[in-house]
Amino acid sequence: MTRPTPETLAHSVRRARPATEPAGDADHAPAPRTGAAPAAPAVRQPEAAPVSGAGSLVRSLEALGVDVVFGIPGGAILPAYDPLYDSTVRHILVRHEQGAGHAATGYAQATGKVGVCIATSGPGATNLVTPIADAYMDSVPMVAITGQVARPSIGTDAFQEADIQGITLPITKHNFLVQTAEEIPQVLAEAFHLASTGRPGPVLVDIPKDVLQAPTTFTWPPTLDLPGYRPTLHPHGKQIREAARLMTGARRPVLYVGGGVLKAGATEGLRRLAELTGIPVVTTLMALGAFPDSHRQHLGMPGMHGTVAAVYGLQKSDLIVALGARFDDRVTGKLDSFAPDATVVHADIDPAEIGKNRHADVPIVGDARHVIDELIAAVTAEQAARPAADLADWWNQLDDLRGRYPLGYEEPADGTLSPQYVIKRLGEIAGPDTVYVAGVGQHQMWASQFISYEKPYTWLNSGGLGTMGYAVPAAMGAKVGKPDTTVWAVDGDGCFQMTNQELATCALEGIPIKVAVINNGNLGMVRQWQTLFYGERYSNTELGTHKHRIPDFVKLAEALGCVGLRCENAADVDKTIEAAMAITDAPVVIDFVVGKDAMVWPMVAAGTSNDEIMFARGVRPAFDEDEL
Amino acid sequence: MTMHTLSVLVENKPGVLARVSGLFSRRGFNIDSLAVGETENPDVSRITIVVNAESSPLEQVTKQLNKLVNVLKIVELDPQVSVARELLLVKVRADRNARGQVLETVSLFRARVVDVAPDTLTIEATGTPDKLDALLRDLEPFGIKEMVQSGTVAIGRGSRSITAGPALRAA
Repeated sequence: MTRPTPETLAHSVRRARPATEPAGDADHAPAPRTGAAPAAPAVRQPEAAPVSGAGSLVRSLEALGVDVVFGIPGGAILPAYDPLYDSTVRHILVRHEQGAGHAATGYAQATGKVGVCIATSGPGATNLVTPIADAYMDSVPMVAITGQVARPSIGTDAFQEADIQGITLPITKHNFLVQTAEEIPQVLAEAFHLASTGRPGPVLVDIPKDVLQAPTTFTWPPTLDLPGYRPTLHPHGKQIREAARLMTGARRPVLYVGGGVLKAGATEGLRRLAELTGIPVVTTLMALGAFPDSHRQHLGMPGMHGTVAAVYGLQKSDLIVALGARFDDRVTGKLDSFAPDATVVHADIDPAEIGKNRHADVPIVGDARHVIDELIAAVTAEQAARPAADLADWWNQLDDLRGRYPLGYEEPADGTLSPQYVIKRLGEIAGPDTVYVAGVGQHQMWASQFISYEKPYTWLNSGGLGTMGYAVPAAMGAKVGKPDTTVWAVDGDGCFQMTNQELATCALEGIPIKVAVINNGNLGMVRQWQTLFYGERYSNTELGTHKHRIPDFVKLAEALGCVGLRCENAADVDKTIEAAMAITDAPVVIDFVVGKDAMVWPMVAAGTSNDEIMFARGVRPAFDEDEL
Repeated sequence: MTMHTLSVLVENKPGVLARVSGLFSRRGFNIDSLAVGETENPDVSRITIVVNAESSPLEQVTKQLNKLVNVLKIVELDPQVSVARELLLVKVRADRNARGQVLETVSLFRARVVDVAPDTLTIEATGTPDKLDALLRDLEPFGIKEMVQSGTVAIGRGSRSITAGPALRAA
């Protein structure tokens, strides 16, 4: 009997994927999306190999083409670590399970492949809860594998027992508690299929220790049995024609682009559709990079900290074409006053998103790649039949707003280093090929505003859940997935202190990420809200990283095996960034000591209407209502 | 707010009921009644859910239900063209003096006595929620010692079957 190699198994899986699916964006491999019930790959191994459940798990991962997993061993998952020791799958030993989860997410978002993390039962599994919830909110393909106490102990409050299947019910696309060793290959194959197809999302596989230890046989490929799972990929032709008719006739249309366009690998098509129609484009926080920031038709990001032109464009539009976006509250502001005159075309792969927040006049269920390709054909036909509406007036208004209210910032009056300047220079020096990974807060918004994203999959952040501490481990995962690409984490001093232990992992595993800590000594975004809405009463937002220099980020970086640099004034910004760029054999941390009073503008305050966008503190843009 | 009766066909697997009921509470819906059992196909269970909701939030929860991997099909049953029944077991005080009157009520409602004790009768009745309410109203004066009710089960009228079809799948 010959042992199948991972390569042959991986190939057998790849062969099973439908040949009709066109390739996605060149430098990115989007997850295969099959609409039909998944057929078993044709190549079957002649004999079943005797293995343990754990061996079957590792062989399944190899067969699925997994090249790397992030995890920490522990009692219940320990059997799996023995066959993993000999496997072609690279295991990266992280320092905290949360780091494993975010690393899997970063890997998935940068490469389009399924990210995998492994933890033991109980606390190991519960430490994955935050990254799983994060991946769920941002529709990231991730598979989390957890050990569970042995089946006879389940339900007895055994040592390190937690009902992780129950805990993760609301935050996974699906989850499994494996009952027998025989079903391991099938469950793993189903988990990967669910995670990566349709609307992607996290899937958890919980495996009891005695199942991992049980003798079984490994056969591949398994047959998938998911009768209730049939995502709709191809849109309805009638809806597409109606959308094309509206797009050709609208006088103030906007393409509202969300993360689904990146997930579907549809950015090339988006560009063609935008240029074909001349319609202005806004890209949400999750979609930055889906459409080049420098493109003339790009109005920027809409929402709470979006550009005036993007917020106004949506607000005053007569047609919104939403592509893989979900009308999130950060985008719409007060929902009942959002875009009151707009007809809405809403295309999404998830039917439950359509009409959830905003009524859709033309609902389209389908994969963004197919939707966009079919829209291009339908719009072309429509344009041949009758002249498209003239958008010159609309563009004049938008261009006027862009001219009057560009993204910008004022230098701090107290002479401190401006955080926006640091981030802007970082983007200019590191360039558009770098992958930028942000934490959550002011630095995240500035990184979304002042770095120019020209290419897809170069901007990773925690959009839906808003997970502080995302940046360092996600950057680690992205760098593992794209080792030849420069990866910069743009982090805050608050976020950085939540997960920086993964820098030890980076140092030991040879993952040279770079981290720009935008250190303003405070929980900056919370402080901004205290400034604006709580009478400048700064309750518990001062972190002491300025006043006491605790921790000293340079020393901390060095202690974690990284190079630590510090920059405290504008004159040193460029050379410090360049020094960091020159280091390629170790992780680098720059402590940018910046002023604490800088604020993120523009801003639509939470719960208010987009009409009330503030360009700067106390400055409302003047909209000429008569023009409409 | 109106009552809606949903028939949800699910894979007969452990934990599926928790996924379904958890989704309702998570999305802010109160389940009025719930009944679950096997269908003619042992791999498929049928959950009948009665929920009080406006139609547009109900549509949202139906779509979310459809996303559950173990959910095969969801059909909303129109009360005009479906049959809905509940089962009631009620223990009524019925001493020698009252027993005749209680038995009269039982026969009036075409219910059945399923257990007899010196001072109580246990009555089984099936019917629409309205009929069972009326029965309980009539039994109330004798003294209800204990009662238990099932959730509604419902099925469409006519020869069509919602479980038919080569592959059950999300509607």
